[in-house]
Amino acid sequence: MSFDYSTSLAHASFKNPIFTASGCAGSGKELSQFFPLSDLGAVVTKSIMLKPRSGRATPRMAETPSGMLNSIGLQGPGIDLFLEKDIPWLVDQGADIVVSIAGETVEDYAILSQRLNGVAGISAVEVNISCPNVENRGQVFSCDPVTAHAAISAVKRNLNPALPIIAKLSPDVTDIAAIAEVCVSAGADAFALINTLLGMVIDLNTMRPKLAGKTGGLSGPAIRPVAVRAIYQVRSRIPDAVILGMGGVSNGRDALELVLAGASGISVGTATFGNPRAAMDIKNELESLLVERGFASFSEAVGYVHRDEI
Amino acid sequence: MVAGMINRFATTVAAEIISNKKVGAYHHIVFEVGAIAAHARPGNFVAISVGGENSSMVLRRAFAIHRSMDRGASGGVIELVVAPHGGGSRWLTGLPVHSKVSLTGPLGTAFGIPTEPVRALLVGGGYGSAPLFGLAEVLKSRGCRVDMVLGASSAGKIYAPIEGKRSVNSLTITTDDGSAGFHGKVSDFLPKLIEENQIEIIYSCGPMGMLEAISEIAQQHDLLHQCAVEESMACGIGVCMTCVLPIKGDDGVARMERSCIKGPVVDGEKVIWNSKGLIPEGTWGK
Repeated sequence: MSFDYSTSLAHASFKNPIFTASGCAGSGKELSQFFPLSDLGAVVTKSIMLKPRSGRATPRMAETPSGMLNSIGLQGPGIDLFLEKDIPWLVDQGADIVVSIAGETVEDYAILSQRLNGVAGISAVEVNISCPNVENRGQVFSCDPVTAHAAISAVKRNLNPALPIIAKLSPDVTDIAAIAEVCVSAGADAFALINTLLGMVIDLNTMRPKLAGKTGGLSGPAIRPVAVRAIYQVRSRIPDAVILGMGGVSNGRDALELVLAGASGISVGTATFGNPRAAMDIKNELESLLVERGFASFSEAVGYVHRDEI
Repeated sequence: MVAGMINRFATTVAAEIISNKKVGAYHHIVFEVGAIAAHARPGNFVAISVGGENSSMVLRRAFAIHRSMDRGASGGVIELVVAPHGGGSRWLTGLPVHSKVSLTGPLGTAFGIPTEPVRALLVGGGYGSAPLFGLAEVLKSRGCRVDMVLGASSAGKIYAPIEGKRSVNSLTITTDDGSAGFHGKVSDFLPKLIEENQIEIIYSCGPMGMLEAISEIAQQHDLLHQCAVEESMACGIGVCMTCVLPIKGDDGVARMERSCIKGPVVDGEKVIWNSKGLIPEGTWGK
């Protein structure tokens, strides 16, 4: 009997559960030098905004123990060029595509959603309401139930219902499950858990913050237990929650932890920076680990840690 | 070449260290890399995982290729010059011969080689001289005249192997403290070298401040200037967007370009220098 590795995120199906993480695969071209993008469950694009964006000044990066801080600031081409160039190229590669969007205002999310309607080749939309690298940290939509609801509602009202809405949340909140519940009430079909955690490194030579943007998003193996916890908590509170898990996954065993906690898909981000083929290695390792444990399909393992909960 | 299809020969191998020698302030390390050597061009770099299997250092370290040698069926080797100044590079320089490291390459752009013989000046700062010796060999083989000037803070930080000196017509050394060669910065001596040797193109590699100074002099003399830039990098393959710097496109508009795939070798004239900590006015998407 062959192992069924397919998965789904709400009403979108994928051939396997290994995805890129938003903002960690360039436009796709760069990574395609190392493996065919069609071997992924899907490419999750960088979070695209309405207009071209230069991003933040440098330095943008600081390595930390088992991780790194980044302060890119959503550098990107804007939705027009993105739809004109990046999407058709990914479609030509035979890649499945999850488009990630980010707005500065609720209105931005509405317009971005409208722009995606009718674009061929998109499987789902990740709504990034949790990027820590914005000018005013107070504007992180997912850190406040009211703004989280407003942003997701704007997408729900404007996006073709055939495309599942995946709300990307920040773990930098008091109760992530409460934010998740608000997103469900606003129309979210799934969650991307977790975005980076806000951090800071101080340069001891200059005695100033090392990053030009002062703070940055912490990623890498250091945050994996936070991801496992967040996925576990959301899945406990909302038993039918559909989750795309991410946060420090570097190998198959890391991925399996997130799957057992409740992730129906795994996004690989920082691991790709250290190993361009990380997603493919993780895909192979996770499959072996699931087969070893006697699972007949990937979906049987999703949320397996919750099996004794009533 | 299809646009964006840079790094098309890049692959990751378990590279065996076949020699690791301390040279002044640096280590000269030779790796068995198979086919990577045949595809490597002067200016390209490699990215190496550091710290071993359970390392807490999650990012690769980028090193400019000093020289590469394709030996056909017996595989290829590349040579690197490594300054042990951080945890990752100290680990690498401490490895014994026969150790294996995960090495990805060749990555990034290469120095452009003129189709006609020209009079070239190669300028290196510190271990930034490393890729210039391989470049000098290629330029010489094309009939170019090659003059080289190397600068560093002190004598121990000049990297100039004896065999490398054979591939240049003249070598000038400068140090900030006067402990070797001329007392001063490389840029102090460039105008004289350019005029005496009727230089037509400058190639450079070294600290950003030095590259900026060279760029200014190159523009004053109306010379082409190809420089290998260095920004702190996480991935080295163009996906993380951390190593950016403002570079003007053919349309004259500056964009925050990735130094790993738009570079490391870029046209010095197109770079907006001294922009650390800011996005220059007029940059695309500011």
